[in-house]
Amino acid sequence: MKGSARGALAAVLLGAAGYSELAWAQAVQPEWRPLCFAVFALLIAFTLFVTWRAARKVRTSADFYAAGGAISGLQNGWAIAGDYLSAASFLGIAGLIALYGFDGFMYSVGWLVAYITVLLVVAEPCRNIGRYTMGDILAFRNNPRVVKACMALSTITVATFYLTAQMVGGGVLIKTLVGIDYQYSVIAVGVLMLGYVLFGGMVATTYVQIIKAVLLVFASLVMVCLVWQRFGFAGPEYFQAVIEHPAVQGRVATLLGGSSTLSGVELGRRFLEPGLYLKSPVDQISLGMALVFGTAGMPHILMRFFTVPSAQAARTSVIWAMAIIGGFYVLTLFLGTGAAMLVGAPEILAVDRGGNMAAPLLAQYLGGGPDALLGNLMLSFVAAVAFATIVAVVAGLVLAAASAMSHDVWVGVIKGERATDEEETRAARLCSLLVGAIAIVIGILAQGQNVAHLVALAFAVAASANLPVILLTLYWRRCNTAGVVAGLVVGTASAIGLVLVSPNMTYPAQVRASQQSVIEQHRAQIATLEGDGEARAALERAVVQAEAEVARLGDRDTSLVGLAAPLFPLRNPGLVSIPLGFLAVVLGSLCYRDRRAEALWEELYVRSNTGIGRSRGAAH
Amino acid sequence: MSRDRDRWIRIHADPAFQRLHDEKTRFLWGLMAFAVGYYFLLPLGAAWFTDLYRKPVWGAINLGLLFALSQFAVAWGVAWLYARRAARFDRMAAALERQAGEP
Repeated sequence: MKGSARGALAAVLLGAAGYSELAWAQAVQPEWRPLCFAVFALLIAFTLFVTWRAARKVRTSADFYAAGGAISGLQNGWAIAGDYLSAASFLGIAGLIALYGFDGFMYSVGWLVAYITVLLVVAEPCRNIGRYTMGDILAFRNNPRVVKACMALSTITVATFYLTAQMVGGGVLIKTLVGIDYQYSVIAVGVLMLGYVLFGGMVATTYVQIIKAVLLVFASLVMVCLVWQRFGFAGPEYFQAVIEHPAVQGRVATLLGGSSTLSGVELGRRFLEPGLYLKSPVDQISLGMALVFGTAGMPHILMRFFTVPSAQAARTSVIWAMAIIGGFYVLTLFLGTGAAMLVGAPEILAVDRGGNMAAPLLAQYLGGGPDALLGNLMLSFVAAVAFATIVAVVAGLVLAAASAMSHDVWVGVIKGERATDEEETRAARLCSLLVGAIAIVIGILAQGQNVAHLVALAFAVAASANLPVILLTLYWRRCNTAGVVAGLVVGTASAIGLVLVSPNMTYPAQVRASQQSVIEQHRAQIATLEGDGEARAALERAVVQAEAEVARLGDRDTSLVGLAAPLFPLRNPGLVSIPLGFLAVVLGSLCYRDRRAEALWEELYVRSNTGIGRSRGAAH
Repeated sequence: MSRDRDRWIRIHADPAFQRLHDEKTRFLWGLMAFAVGYYFLLPLGAAWFTDLYRKPVWGAINLGLLFALSQFAVAWGVAWLYARRAARFDRMAAALERQAGEP
């Protein structure tokens, strides 16, 4: 049993967004698939209708990139929440809480606190200084061509990492629920997303985000009420039920292994105490840093601030987003613990080793189980919302990457800002098509890969490269082109480089050794058992699984970069790469002084703090 | 170009702008340091003060769970505090803009 717990742990390590394709069993019986398909189709049809309405409003490049600056603070708040509540948070965190209790909930906190950085130091200055992209902000007092090219590269890198995880997740989700092949599922996600982006640009993307965020919160609220109805609406009463529940106690006993001497309720209490999932506090803090500083450097999040008419609206939108996102995570605590009691860890793990199906399975249970119409309807609804989530987040990312390509690289670098609005809009659409096609190809190529660490890596790059250059451009007089280039290069390279030599990678020699010991242990245990009981069958299954894992390694002995063992002990590079990124900006700026950048400081600082002379979104 | 630059330098040197800058810097970075510090107490405490987190407070609800929930309250509190203070910053900025006039 310990072996399977460790396997589950490996599958979800870092991986709120961990989708391991092999592990997904069927959550929906084949006879219910048409129903599931219909719910998906209904939701998709609705979003396409909205896109069709939005498409008529998209005429200029300002409409395409920034919805003409005509989105209100409240709408943008919901859209930010939509961008942020990716499948990772909805499916992943609910799963982590269901499987590991307190630690899963603690994990969710960093995702909300991240918005404090966005609110206090990034959102309003960015709205006052930029137009459509992060490159615009940097170009203000630096060499526009150089910084726009570098920033575009970093934007595309971050978007690609994030996107890959989402594409794989979306493909797996459709495959599991509707039964379409993985490749076609990925293509479906990609084509649908391109539909939103190409025709509706930022207008449609924003509305799809809003719709999906509202549905997500609604679905969670309904489910939480149904859970409370069973266990009590008062806090102490509810948590008393959690610790007394045999499924929860059994889960903790499994996690602690045979060595535990705790009694029933003590085991239950343990579920609400730290230490079941997060074992390395230093890694925890490193991830926390990537979240808290990386969110403010996420291109698709920053881009949202250009869709509102003023810095005040940008502020309002972050405050709304914090209310929605925070409220959602509090609900997730009840979704997770509810699933832990009602569905139970073994069921959840049987469908997906990463625990990602905890929320959909809870919906199915609350509706009457896998054989009931209502149960499958609820499961389909929750899954369709999760699917819409993935498509919408991918749309936001593709739009961010395409804007960097068309606005920063094509118009800014290649054409030297000389392109008509019509040309720019066409370029933006072409770039979206290109990025979308690349996303589909990557999604298909990444089939069966463990993409869990890519989300964390995207945040780490954003925190180590994007945030230092934006922050220092906005708040430090001496910051200049050389510093920006150095910061972007060093931040990106160190975050990616450290991950390449970290325990996230597969080290065949180590995996082989650990799987061999699992096999030997299980064989020894099997030898002591008598008869053909359930325990024996479980052990034999575990042996087969371990052998398959060894076979998958082939004759490789070293990791992707040729290492036998990790060089860097942490899974999250933030603790090291974020300070390195800041240091590089400072050193680069000090080594190559730029009088022009310093001469423009007063203008930038006055503009960013007062909004004097800002471009008013819908100026066209 | 140079007259434009003079205009920005003039606003930048304006005591009213400097007051806005001082107030904003102190308030924003102070709040930021507090919020980030408070957040990192959660994983640090979970790792090194586990026994404290286990202390039952209210039935099955322990101190750790309350502390984790308090993070949400603190984050919302920070947002509320900032929104309140930002209205004052807005007024100061609007006054500067009126005073600066059109270029």
